[in-house]
Amino acid sequence: MKRILVGIKRVVDYNVRIRVKPDGTGVITDGVKMSINPFDEIALEEALRIKERGGAAEVVVATVGPADCQQQLRSALAMGADRALHVQADGVIEPLVAARALLKLAEREQPLLVILGKQAIDDDNGQTGQMLAALWNRPQATYASKIELGETSARVTREVDAGLETLEVDLPAVITTDLRLNEPRYVKLPDIMKAKKKPLETLTLSALGVEPRQRLKLLRFEPPPQRQKGIKVKDAAELVEALKKKGVL
Amino acid sequence: MSDKILIVAEHDGTKLNVSTAKCVSCARAVSGAEIAVLVCAVDAAAVAAQAAQLTGVTRVLALDNPANVHALAAVIAPQVVAVSGPYNLILGPSTTFGKDVMARVAGLLDAPQVSDIMALESATRFRRPIYAGNAILTVEADGAPKVVGTVRTASFEATPPGGAAPLEKVAVDVPLPTHTRFISVSAAKTDRPDLQTAARVISGGRALGSADGFKILYSLADKLGAAVGASRAAVDAGYAPNEMQVGQTGKIIAPELYMAIGISGAIQHLTGIKDARTIVAINKDGEAPIFEVADIGLVGDLFQIVPEIERLIG
Repeated sequence: MKRILVGIKRVVDYNVRIRVKPDGTGVITDGVKMSINPFDEIALEEALRIKERGGAAEVVVATVGPADCQQQLRSALAMGADRALHVQADGVIEPLVAARALLKLAEREQPLLVILGKQAIDDDNGQTGQMLAALWNRPQATYASKIELGETSARVTREVDAGLETLEVDLPAVITTDLRLNEPRYVKLPDIMKAKKKPLETLTLSALGVEPRQRLKLLRFEPPPQRQKGIKVKDAAELVEALKKKGVL
Repeated sequence: MSDKILIVAEHDGTKLNVSTAKCVSCARAVSGAEIAVLVCAVDAAAVAAQAAQLTGVTRVLALDNPANVHALAAVIAPQVVAVSGPYNLILGPSTTFGKDVMARVAGLLDAPQVSDIMALESATRFRRPIYAGNAILTVEADGAPKVVGTVRTASFEATPPGGAAPLEKVAVDVPLPTHTRFISVSAAKTDRPDLQTAARVISGGRALGSADGFKILYSLADKLGAAVGASRAAVDAGYAPNEMQVGQTGKIIAPELYMAIGISGAIQHLTGIKDARTIVAINKDGEAPIFEVADIGLVGDLFQIVPEIERLIG
Protein backbone atom coordinates (compact mmCIF):
# COMPACT_ATOMS: atom_id res chain seq x y z
CA MET A 1 0.00 0.00 0.00
CA LYS A 2 1.18 3.50 -0.81
CA ARG A 3 1.71 4.99 2.58
CA ILE A 4 3.03 8.22 4.05
CA LEU A 5 4.52 8.28 7.52
CA VAL A 6 4.35 11.61 9.33
CA GLY A 7 6.44 12.34 12.41
CA ILE A 8 4.95 14.74 14.94
CA LYS A 9 6.11 16.17 18.26
CA ARG A 10 4.14 17.50 21.23
CA VAL A 11 5.46 20.97 22.08
CA VAL A 12 4.51 24.04 24.09
CA ASP A 13 1.96 25.90 21.99
CA TYR A 14 3.24 28.55 19.60
CA ASN A 15 1.37 31.33 21.41
CA VAL A 16 2.61 30.60 24.93
CA ARG A 17 5.08 33.09 26.38
CA ILE A 18 8.07 30.99 27.43
CA ARG A 19 9.44 31.48 30.94
CA VAL A 20 12.56 29.87 32.35
CA LYS A 21 12.21 28.21 35.77
CA PRO A 22 13.91 30.28 38.48
CA ASP A 23 16.19 27.35 39.38
CA GLY A 24 17.45 27.07 35.77
CA THR A 25 16.43 23.43 35.31
CA GLY A 26 14.06 24.02 32.39
CA VAL A 27 11.21 26.13 31.13
CA ILE A 28 7.82 26.25 32.80
CA THR A 29 5.48 23.71 31.20
CA ASP A 30 3.05 23.05 34.06
CA GLY A 31 -0.46 24.08 33.09
CA VAL A 32 0.77 25.34 29.73
CA LYS A 33 -1.13 24.63 26.51
CA MET A 34 0.53 21.92 24.42
CA SER A 35 0.08 21.39 20.68
CA ILE A 36 1.42 19.58 17.65
CA ASN A 37 4.65 21.27 16.56
CA PRO A 38 3.45 23.70 13.83
CA PHE A 39 5.95 22.44 11.25
CA ASP A 40 4.73 18.87 11.88
CA GLU A 41 1.16 20.01 11.40
CA ILE A 42 2.21 21.30 7.98
CA ALA A 43 3.81 17.89 7.32
CA LEU A 44 0.57 16.13 8.19
CA GLU A 45 -1.48 18.53 6.07
CA GLU A 46 0.76 17.85 3.09
CA ALA A 47 0.44 14.08 3.55
CA LEU A 48 -3.34 14.40 3.72
CA ARG A 49 -3.42 16.50 0.54
CA ILE A 50 -1.27 13.95 -1.28
CA LYS A 51 -3.67 11.22 -0.18
CA GLU A 52 -6.70 13.28 -1.22
CA ARG A 53 -5.14 13.71 -4.69
CA GLY A 54 -4.74 9.93 -4.94
CA GLY A 55 -0.97 9.93 -4.40
CA ALA A 56 -1.19 7.75 -1.31
CA ALA A 57 -3.66 5.35 0.24
CA GLU A 58 -2.85 5.76 3.90
CA VAL A 59 -1.41 8.38 6.22
CA VAL A 60 0.17 7.08 9.41
CA VAL A 61 1.19 9.52 12.11
CA ALA A 62 3.85 8.69 14.70
CA THR A 63 5.42 10.27 17.75
CA VAL A 64 8.02 9.40 20.36
CA GLY A 65 7.32 10.65 23.86
CA PRO A 66 5.42 10.30 27.11
CA ALA A 67 1.79 9.18 27.53
CA ASP A 68 0.46 12.74 27.15
CA CYS A 69 1.53 12.72 23.49
CA GLN A 70 -1.57 10.69 22.71
CA GLN A 71 -3.55 13.97 22.85
CA GLN A 72 -1.57 15.25 19.88
CA LEU A 73 -1.89 11.90 18.07
CA ARG A 74 -5.68 12.15 18.53
CA SER A 75 -5.55 15.70 17.11
CA ALA A 76 -3.64 14.33 14.13
CA LEU A 77 -6.23 11.59 13.66
CA ALA A 78 -8.94 14.26 13.83
CA MET A 79 -7.13 16.20 11.09
CA GLY A 80 -7.42 13.08 8.93
CA ALA A 81 -4.56 10.65 9.61
CA ASP A 82 -5.74 7.03 9.28
CA ARG A 83 -3.88 5.58 12.24
CA ALA A 84 -1.36 6.53 14.88
CA LEU A 85 1.76 4.99 16.37
CA HIS A 86 2.89 6.06 19.81
CA VAL A 87 6.41 5.11 20.81
CA GLN A 88 6.26 5.49 24.56
CA ALA A 89 9.35 7.14 26.04
CA ASP A 90 9.97 9.38 29.02
CA GLY A 91 12.63 11.97 29.75
CA VAL A 92 14.77 13.78 27.23
CA ILE A 93 14.51 12.25 23.76
CA GLU A 94 17.45 13.34 21.65
CA PRO A 95 16.98 13.67 17.88
CA LEU A 96 19.10 10.57 17.21
CA VAL A 97 16.84 8.48 19.43
CA ALA A 98 13.73 9.85 17.71
CA ALA A 99 15.34 9.19 14.32
CA ARG A 100 16.21 5.61 15.29
CA ALA A 101 12.65 4.99 16.45
CA LEU A 102 11.27 6.48 13.22
CA LEU A 103 13.69 4.29 11.26
CA LYS A 104 12.22 1.18 12.90
CA LEU A 105 8.73 2.40 12.07
CA ALA A 106 9.76 3.19 8.48
CA GLU A 107 11.20 -0.33 8.09
CA ARG A 108 7.96 -1.77 9.40
CA GLU A 109 5.53 0.48 7.51
CA GLN A 110 7.49 0.79 4.24
CA PRO A 111 6.24 4.28 3.43
CA LEU A 112 7.03 6.00 0.13
CA LEU A 113 7.55 9.24 2.02
CA VAL A 114 8.34 10.21 5.57
CA ILE A 115 7.36 13.83 6.13
CA LEU A 116 8.16 15.79 9.25
CA GLY A 117 8.69 19.38 10.32
CA LYS A 118 12.05 21.00 9.65
CA GLN A 119 12.43 21.72 13.35
CA ALA A 120 10.47 21.60 16.59
CA ILE A 121 9.73 25.00 18.10
CA ASP A 122 10.81 23.90 21.59
CA ASP A 123 14.41 22.74 21.28
CA ASP A 124 14.88 24.22 17.76
CA ASN A 125 17.28 21.38 16.90
CA GLY A 126 16.28 20.75 13.28
CA GLN A 127 18.04 17.38 13.13
CA THR A 128 15.60 14.47 13.17
CA GLY A 129 14.67 14.38 9.48
CA GLN A 130 18.26 14.47 8.23
CA MET A 131 19.32 11.88 10.81
CA LEU A 132 16.51 9.55 9.77
CA ALA A 133 17.49 9.93 6.11
CA ALA A 134 21.12 9.16 6.99
CA LEU A 135 20.27 6.06 9.05
CA TRP A 136 17.79 4.87 6.41
CA ASN A 137 20.30 5.56 3.64
CA ARG A 138 17.62 7.44 1.70
CA PRO A 139 17.38 10.93 0.14
CA GLN A 140 16.48 13.98 2.18
CA ALA A 141 14.77 17.13 0.97
CA THR A 142 14.71 19.64 3.80
CA TYR A 143 12.82 22.97 4.05
CA ALA A 144 10.22 21.99 1.44
CA SER A 145 7.87 24.64 0.08
CA LYS A 146 6.48 22.48 -2.74
CA ILE A 147 6.23 18.71 -3.27
CA GLU A 148 5.36 17.09 -6.61
CA LEU A 149 5.06 13.36 -6.14
CA GLY A 150 5.73 11.04 -9.08
CA GLU A 151 5.65 7.24 -9.31
CA THR A 152 9.25 6.57 -8.37
CA SER A 153 10.56 9.99 -7.45
CA ALA A 154 9.48 13.35 -6.07
CA ARG A 155 10.39 16.87 -7.04
CA VAL A 156 10.81 19.04 -4.02
CA THR A 157 11.28 22.81 -4.00
CA ARG A 158 13.32 23.92 -1.00
CA GLU A 159 13.60 27.30 0.68
CA VAL A 160 17.35 27.84 0.91
CA ASP A 161 19.44 30.92 1.74
CA ALA A 162 19.99 31.66 -1.95
CA GLY A 163 16.33 31.39 -2.94
CA LEU A 164 14.40 28.34 -4.12
CA GLU A 165 16.19 25.10 -4.98
CA THR A 166 14.51 22.15 -6.68
CA LEU A 167 15.74 18.60 -6.12
CA GLU A 168 14.59 15.30 -7.52
CA VAL A 169 14.69 12.49 -4.99
CA ASP A 170 14.08 8.78 -5.50
CA LEU A 171 11.41 7.19 -3.33
CA PRO A 172 11.29 6.40 -0.53
CA ALA A 173 12.57 9.71 0.77
CA VAL A 174 12.47 11.93 3.82
CA ILE A 175 11.03 15.42 3.43
CA THR A 176 11.04 18.16 6.06
CA THR A 177 8.59 21.02 5.77
CA ASP A 178 8.96 24.76 5.76
CA LEU A 179 6.26 27.29 6.59
CA ARG A 180 4.97 28.06 3.15
CA LEU A 181 4.29 24.48 2.04
CA ASN A 182 0.62 24.77 2.99
CA GLU A 183 -1.82 26.07 5.58
CA PRO A 184 -3.09 23.27 7.80
CA ARG A 185 -6.84 22.73 7.94
CA TYR A 186 -8.99 23.34 10.98
CA VAL A 187 -10.40 20.31 12.70
CA LYS A 188 -14.19 19.99 12.81
CA LEU A 189 -16.04 18.61 15.81
CA PRO A 190 -17.42 15.45 14.08
CA ASP A 191 -13.84 14.61 13.07
CA ILE A 192 -12.76 14.78 16.71
CA MET A 193 -15.49 12.24 17.53
CA LYS A 194 -14.45 10.01 14.63
CA ALA A 195 -10.80 10.21 15.67
CA LYS A 196 -11.61 8.47 18.94
CA LYS A 197 -12.39 5.30 17.03
CA LYS A 198 -9.30 5.33 14.83
CA PRO A 199 -6.49 2.90 15.70
CA LEU A 200 -3.72 4.13 17.98
CA GLU A 201 -1.00 1.60 18.64
CA THR A 202 1.35 1.95 21.58
CA LEU A 203 4.92 0.71 21.28
CA THR A 204 8.03 1.13 23.39
CA LEU A 205 11.59 2.06 22.52
CA SER A 206 12.84 -1.22 23.95
CA ALA A 207 10.34 -3.25 21.89
CA LEU A 208 11.72 -1.46 18.82
CA GLY A 209 15.27 -2.18 19.95
CA VAL A 210 16.17 1.48 20.36
CA GLU A 211 18.34 2.50 23.28
CA PRO A 212 17.16 5.72 24.99
CA ARG A 213 20.61 7.31 25.13
CA GLN A 214 21.06 10.86 26.36
CA ARG A 215 24.48 12.14 25.40
CA LEU A 216 23.99 15.87 25.86
CA LYS A 217 23.62 16.89 29.49
CA LEU A 218 21.32 19.89 29.90
CA LEU A 219 23.33 21.90 32.41
CA ARG A 220 21.50 25.19 32.71
CA PHE A 221 18.55 27.12 31.27
CA GLU A 222 18.70 30.92 31.40
CA PRO A 223 16.49 33.73 30.19
CA PRO A 224 18.06 35.60 27.26
CA PRO A 225 19.85 38.87 27.95
CA GLN A 226 17.50 41.84 27.62
CA ARG A 227 18.27 44.76 25.35
CA GLN A 228 18.49 48.14 27.05
CA LYS A 229 15.39 50.26 26.78
CA GLY A 230 15.61 52.55 23.78
CA ILE A 231 14.38 56.05 23.05
CA LYS A 232 11.41 57.35 21.08
CA VAL A 233 11.87 60.15 18.56
CA LYS A 234 9.09 62.31 17.16
CA ASP A 235 9.94 62.58 13.47
CA ALA A 236 12.31 61.61 10.68
CA ALA A 237 14.66 64.52 11.37
CA GLU A 238 15.12 63.47 15.01
CA LEU A 239 15.64 59.88 13.89
CA VAL A 240 18.40 60.81 11.46
CA GLU A 241 19.97 63.02 14.15
CA ALA A 242 19.89 60.15 16.67
CA LEU A 243 21.47 57.75 14.17
CA LYS A 244 24.24 60.24 13.43
CA LYS A 245 24.89 60.69 17.15
CA LYS A 246 25.22 56.91 17.52
CA GLY A 247 27.69 56.92 14.65
CA VAL A 248 25.72 54.49 12.50
CA LEU A 249 24.98 56.98 9.73
CA MET B 1 45.32 15.45 24.18
CA SER B 2 44.51 18.56 22.28
CA ASP B 3 41.19 19.00 20.52
CA LYS B 4 40.90 18.51 16.80
CA ILE B 5 38.14 20.46 15.10
CA LEU B 6 36.97 19.94 11.53
CA ILE B 7 34.98 22.70 9.82
CA VAL B 8 32.92 21.92 6.73
CA ALA B 9 33.34 24.87 4.37
CA GLU B 10 30.38 26.51 2.65
CA HIS B 11 31.12 27.91 -0.79
CA ASP B 12 29.67 28.34 -4.27
CA GLY B 13 32.46 26.59 -6.15
CA THR B 14 34.67 29.64 -6.48
CA LYS B 15 34.19 31.75 -3.36
CA LEU B 16 34.27 30.79 0.29
CA ASN B 17 31.14 31.86 2.16
CA VAL B 18 31.79 34.17 5.12
CA SER B 19 29.89 31.70 7.31
CA THR B 20 33.04 29.53 7.26
CA ALA B 21 35.17 32.34 8.75
CA LYS B 22 32.56 32.64 11.50
CA CYS B 23 32.81 28.91 12.23
CA VAL B 24 36.58 29.36 12.55
CA SER B 25 36.00 32.14 15.12
CA CYS B 26 33.77 29.78 17.06
CA ALA B 27 36.40 27.01 16.94
CA ARG B 28 39.15 29.39 18.09
CA ALA B 29 37.38 29.63 21.45
CA VAL B 30 38.91 26.20 22.19
CA SER B 31 42.46 27.03 23.17
CA GLY B 32 45.19 24.99 21.55
CA ALA B 33 42.82 23.22 19.18
CA GLU B 34 43.86 22.10 15.73
CA ILE B 35 41.41 23.65 13.27
CA ALA B 36 41.07 22.02 9.87
CA VAL B 37 38.77 23.27 7.12
CA LEU B 38 37.38 20.74 4.64
CA VAL B 39 36.49 22.01 1.17
CA CYS B 40 34.40 19.55 -0.87
CA ALA B 41 34.20 20.79 -4.47
CA VAL B 42 34.69 19.72 -8.07
CA ASP B 43 37.99 21.58 -8.01
CA ALA B 44 38.61 22.77 -4.47
CA ALA B 45 41.91 24.63 -5.04
CA ALA B 46 40.59 28.21 -5.26
CA VAL B 47 38.25 27.95 -2.29
CA ALA B 48 40.83 26.03 -0.27
CA ALA B 49 43.35 28.84 -0.86
CA GLN B 50 40.86 31.32 0.61
CA ALA B 51 40.27 29.08 3.63
CA ALA B 52 44.03 28.79 4.19
CA GLN B 53 44.22 32.55 4.76
CA LEU B 54 41.77 32.54 7.67
CA THR B 55 43.54 33.30 10.94
CA GLY B 56 43.48 30.32 13.27
CA VAL B 57 43.15 27.63 10.62
CA THR B 58 45.92 25.05 10.97
CA ARG B 59 45.31 23.04 7.81
CA VAL B 60 43.00 22.93 4.82
CA LEU B 61 41.78 19.71 3.26
CA ALA B 62 40.85 19.99 -0.42
CA LEU B 63 38.58 17.19 -1.59
CA ASP B 64 37.97 17.15 -5.35
CA ASN B 65 35.09 15.12 -6.73
CA PRO B 66 32.88 15.72 -9.79
CA ALA B 67 29.88 14.70 -7.62
CA ASN B 68 30.34 17.91 -5.63
CA VAL B 69 29.09 20.11 -8.48
CA HIS B 70 26.02 20.88 -6.35
CA ALA B 71 26.20 20.86 -2.57
CA LEU B 72 23.80 17.98 -1.93
CA ALA B 73 23.73 16.89 1.71
CA ALA B 74 23.42 13.22 0.78
CA VAL B 75 26.60 13.50 -1.31
CA ILE B 76 28.66 15.79 0.94
CA ALA B 77 27.91 14.03 4.22
CA PRO B 78 29.61 10.67 3.46
CA GLN B 79 32.75 12.55 2.36
CA VAL B 80 32.81 14.53 5.60
CA VAL B 81 32.42 11.30 7.53
CA ALA B 82 35.25 9.70 5.56
CA VAL B 83 37.76 12.38 6.60
CA SER B 84 36.39 12.89 10.13
CA GLY B 85 38.42 10.09 11.76
CA PRO B 86 40.93 12.17 13.77
CA TYR B 87 38.50 14.93 14.74
CA ASN B 88 36.45 15.13 17.94
CA LEU B 89 34.36 18.19 17.00
CA ILE B 90 32.89 18.68 13.54
CA LEU B 91 31.36 22.07 12.81
CA GLY B 92 29.41 23.65 9.99
CA PRO B 93 27.50 26.92 9.73
CA SER B 94 23.89 27.15 10.83
CA THR B 95 22.84 28.17 7.31
CA THR B 96 20.46 26.13 5.17
CA PHE B 97 23.55 24.42 3.70
CA GLY B 98 25.09 23.59 7.08
CA LYS B 99 21.87 22.58 8.80
CA ASP B 100 21.06 20.20 5.93
CA VAL B 101 24.52 18.60 5.80
CA MET B 102 25.62 18.48 9.43
CA ALA B 103 22.63 16.60 10.84
CA ARG B 104 23.13 14.00 8.11
CA VAL B 105 26.79 13.78 9.14
CA ALA B 106 25.72 13.33 12.77
CA GLY B 107 23.29 10.60 11.74
CA LEU B 108 25.98 8.73 9.79
CA LEU B 109 28.49 9.10 12.65
CA ASP B 110 25.96 8.21 15.36
CA ALA B 111 27.16 11.41 17.05
CA PRO B 112 25.12 13.90 19.07
CA GLN B 113 24.61 17.29 17.43
CA VAL B 114 24.49 20.69 19.08
CA SER B 115 22.56 23.10 16.83
CA ASP B 116 23.00 26.89 16.66
CA ILE B 117 26.06 27.20 18.91
CA MET B 118 26.19 30.81 20.14
CA ALA B 119 29.12 30.34 22.50
CA LEU B 120 31.64 27.60 22.98
CA GLU B 121 32.94 27.17 26.52
CA SER B 122 35.07 24.13 25.65
CA ALA B 123 35.12 21.49 22.93
CA THR B 124 32.33 19.71 24.81
CA ARG B 125 30.36 22.56 26.41
CA PHE B 126 28.15 24.87 24.39
CA ARG B 127 25.51 27.56 24.76
CA ARG B 128 22.60 27.68 22.35
CA PRO B 129 19.22 29.40 22.03
CA ILE B 130 16.02 27.36 22.31
CA TYR B 131 12.32 28.30 22.13
CA ALA B 132 13.03 30.90 19.43
CA GLY B 133 15.64 32.53 21.62
CA ASN B 134 13.39 32.78 24.68
CA ALA B 135 15.81 30.65 26.66
CA ILE B 136 19.52 29.97 26.48
CA LEU B 137 20.61 26.41 27.17
CA THR B 138 24.08 25.25 28.20
CA VAL B 139 24.77 21.66 27.16
CA GLU B 140 27.68 19.35 27.84
CA ALA B 141 28.51 16.45 25.54
CA ASP B 142 28.77 13.53 27.89
CA GLY B 143 31.53 11.20 26.77
CA ALA B 144 30.64 10.96 23.06
CA PRO B 145 33.85 10.43 21.04
CA LYS B 146 32.63 12.87 18.39
CA VAL B 147 30.29 15.82 18.59
CA VAL B 148 28.74 17.58 15.59
CA GLY B 149 27.69 21.21 15.78
CA THR B 150 26.19 24.00 13.72
CA VAL B 151 27.42 27.51 14.43
CA ARG B 152 24.96 30.37 14.81
CA THR B 153 26.77 32.74 12.48
CA ALA B 154 25.19 35.92 13.92
CA SER B 155 26.97 35.21 17.22
CA PHE B 156 30.50 35.37 15.79
CA GLU B 157 32.63 37.87 13.90
CA ALA B 158 34.39 36.44 10.86
CA THR B 159 37.97 35.48 11.70
CA PRO B 160 40.24 37.89 9.81
CA PRO B 161 42.57 36.88 6.99
CA GLY B 162 46.29 36.80 7.67
CA GLY B 163 46.95 33.09 8.08
CA ALA B 164 48.80 30.73 5.78
CA ALA B 165 47.69 27.22 6.63
CA PRO B 166 49.12 24.30 4.67
CA LEU B 167 46.92 22.85 1.93
CA GLU B 168 46.47 19.16 1.63
CA LYS B 169 44.71 17.27 -1.13
CA VAL B 170 42.60 14.42 0.20
CA ALA B 171 40.84 11.63 -1.64
CA VAL B 172 38.21 9.40 -0.14
CA ASP B 173 36.92 6.09 -1.34
CA VAL B 174 33.28 6.00 -0.33
CA PRO B 175 30.21 5.21 -2.39
CA LEU B 176 28.23 8.39 -3.08
CA PRO B 177 24.48 8.10 -3.63
CA THR B 178 22.77 9.04 -6.90
CA HIS B 179 19.28 9.01 -5.38
CA THR B 180 19.26 12.80 -5.01
CA ARG B 181 19.57 15.03 -8.08
CA PHE B 182 19.87 18.78 -8.41
CA ILE B 183 17.34 20.29 -10.82
CA SER B 184 17.53 24.05 -10.46
CA VAL B 185 17.96 27.03 -8.19
CA SER B 186 16.19 30.32 -8.66
CA ALA B 187 17.35 33.43 -6.94
CA ALA B 188 16.61 37.00 -7.80
CA LYS B 189 19.80 38.72 -8.92
CA THR B 190 20.53 41.76 -6.84
CA ASP B 191 23.32 44.31 -6.69
CA ARG B 192 22.54 45.03 -3.06
CA PRO B 193 24.73 43.66 -0.26
CA ASP B 194 24.10 40.12 0.96
CA LEU B 195 21.43 40.10 3.66
CA GLN B 196 23.41 37.80 5.93
CA THR B 197 26.57 39.88 5.98
CA ALA B 198 25.38 43.44 5.32
CA ALA B 199 26.33 46.08 7.88
CA ARG B 200 22.98 47.77 7.33
CA VAL B 201 19.64 46.07 6.78
CA ILE B 202 16.25 47.61 6.11
CA SER B 203 13.31 45.25 6.55
CA GLY B 204 9.69 45.65 5.68
CA GLY B 205 6.55 44.07 7.06
CA ARG B 206 2.97 43.60 6.03
CA ALA B 207 2.30 47.32 6.49
CA LEU B 208 4.14 47.95 3.20
CA GLY B 209 0.93 46.67 1.63
CA SER B 210 2.31 45.28 -1.63
CA ALA B 211 5.46 44.34 -3.53
CA ASP B 212 5.22 47.84 -4.95
CA GLY B 213 5.19 49.29 -1.46
CA PHE B 214 8.63 47.77 -0.89
CA LYS B 215 10.06 50.14 -3.51
CA ILE B 216 10.51 52.91 -0.94
CA LEU B 217 12.66 50.52 1.10
CA TYR B 218 14.80 49.55 -1.91
CA SER B 219 15.30 53.21 -2.65
CA LEU B 220 16.41 54.04 0.90
CA ALA B 221 18.53 50.87 1.03
CA ASP B 222 20.42 51.89 -2.09
CA LYS B 223 21.15 55.26 -0.59
CA LEU B 224 22.48 53.63 2.60
CA GLY B 225 24.25 50.71 0.91
CA ALA B 226 21.93 48.44 2.85
CA ALA B 227 20.45 45.01 2.23
CA VAL B 228 16.67 44.60 2.26
CA GLY B 229 14.89 42.03 4.40
CA ALA B 230 11.28 41.18 5.15
CA SER B 231 9.11 39.76 7.89
CA ARG B 232 7.43 36.41 7.48
CA ALA B 233 4.07 38.16 7.05
CA ALA B 234 5.43 40.18 4.11
CA VAL B 235 6.91 37.07 2.47
CA ASP B 236 3.72 35.06 3.04
CA ALA B 237 1.75 37.89 1.43
CA GLY B 238 4.02 37.77 -1.62
CA TYR B 239 5.50 41.24 -1.14
CA ALA B 240 9.06 39.84 -1.01
CA PRO B 241 10.77 36.54 -1.96
CA ASN B 242 11.54 33.89 0.66
CA GLU B 243 15.29 34.51 0.67
CA MET B 244 14.59 37.93 2.16
CA GLN B 245 12.87 36.55 5.26
CA VAL B 246 14.47 37.49 8.57
CA GLY B 247 13.61 35.56 11.73
CA GLN B 248 13.56 32.18 13.41
CA THR B 249 12.77 30.33 10.20
CA GLY B 250 14.46 32.80 7.88
CA LYS B 251 17.84 34.42 8.26
CA ILE B 252 19.40 35.22 11.63
CA ILE B 253 21.42 38.39 11.18
CA ALA B 254 23.61 40.76 13.19
CA PRO B 255 24.03 44.03 11.24
CA GLU B 256 25.33 47.29 12.69
CA LEU B 257 22.03 48.94 11.83
CA TYR B 258 18.65 47.22 11.49
CA MET B 259 15.63 49.25 10.48
CA ALA B 260 12.28 47.50 10.98
CA ILE B 261 9.71 49.31 8.88
CA GLY B 262 6.07 48.42 9.39
CA ILE B 263 7.02 45.25 11.27
CA SER B 264 5.07 44.54 14.45
CA GLY B 265 7.84 42.37 15.89
CA ALA B 266 6.57 38.84 16.50
CA ILE B 267 8.95 36.89 18.74
CA GLN B 268 9.94 34.75 15.73
CA HIS B 269 11.10 37.90 13.96
CA LEU B 270 12.90 39.34 16.99
CA THR B 271 14.93 36.16 17.38
CA GLY B 272 16.46 36.87 13.98
CA ILE B 273 17.63 40.41 14.80
CA LYS B 274 18.51 40.54 18.46
CA ASP B 275 22.23 40.62 17.78
CA ALA B 276 21.90 43.77 15.68
CA ARG B 277 23.96 46.64 17.13
CA THR B 278 21.27 49.33 16.65
CA ILE B 279 17.61 48.57 16.00
CA VAL B 280 15.32 51.25 14.60
CA ALA B 281 11.56 50.69 14.52
CA ILE B 282 9.07 52.68 12.48
CA ASN B 283 5.46 51.66 12.97
CA LYS B 284 2.13 53.41 13.19
CA ASP B 285 1.14 51.27 16.19
CA GLY B 286 2.96 52.62 19.24
CA GLU B 287 2.11 49.45 21.17
CA ALA B 288 3.81 47.12 18.65
CA PRO B 289 6.25 44.70 20.37
CA ILE B 290 9.06 45.82 18.05
CA PHE B 291 9.37 48.97 20.20
CA GLU B 292 10.36 46.81 23.20
CA VAL B 293 13.64 45.90 21.51
CA ALA B 294 14.19 49.04 19.44
CA ASP B 295 17.02 51.41 20.38
CA ILE B 296 15.24 54.18 18.48
CA GLY B 297 11.51 54.11 17.88
CA LEU B 298 9.37 56.34 15.74
CA VAL B 299 5.58 56.08 15.71
CA GLY B 300 4.07 57.29 12.47
CA ASP B 301 3.21 56.71 8.84
CA LEU B 302 6.05 54.84 7.17
CA PHE B 303 5.01 56.04 3.71
CA GLN B 304 5.81 59.61 4.81
CA ILE B 305 8.74 58.87 7.11
CA VAL B 306 10.83 56.60 4.86
CA PRO B 307 11.05 59.01 1.88
CA GLU B 308 11.75 61.83 4.30
CA ILE B 309 14.68 59.93 5.85
CA GLU B 310 16.01 59.35 2.36
CA ARG B 311 15.76 63.08 1.60
CA LEU B 312 17.39 64.04 4.93
CA ILE B 313 20.45 61.85 4.46
CA GLY B 314 20.83 63.32 0.99
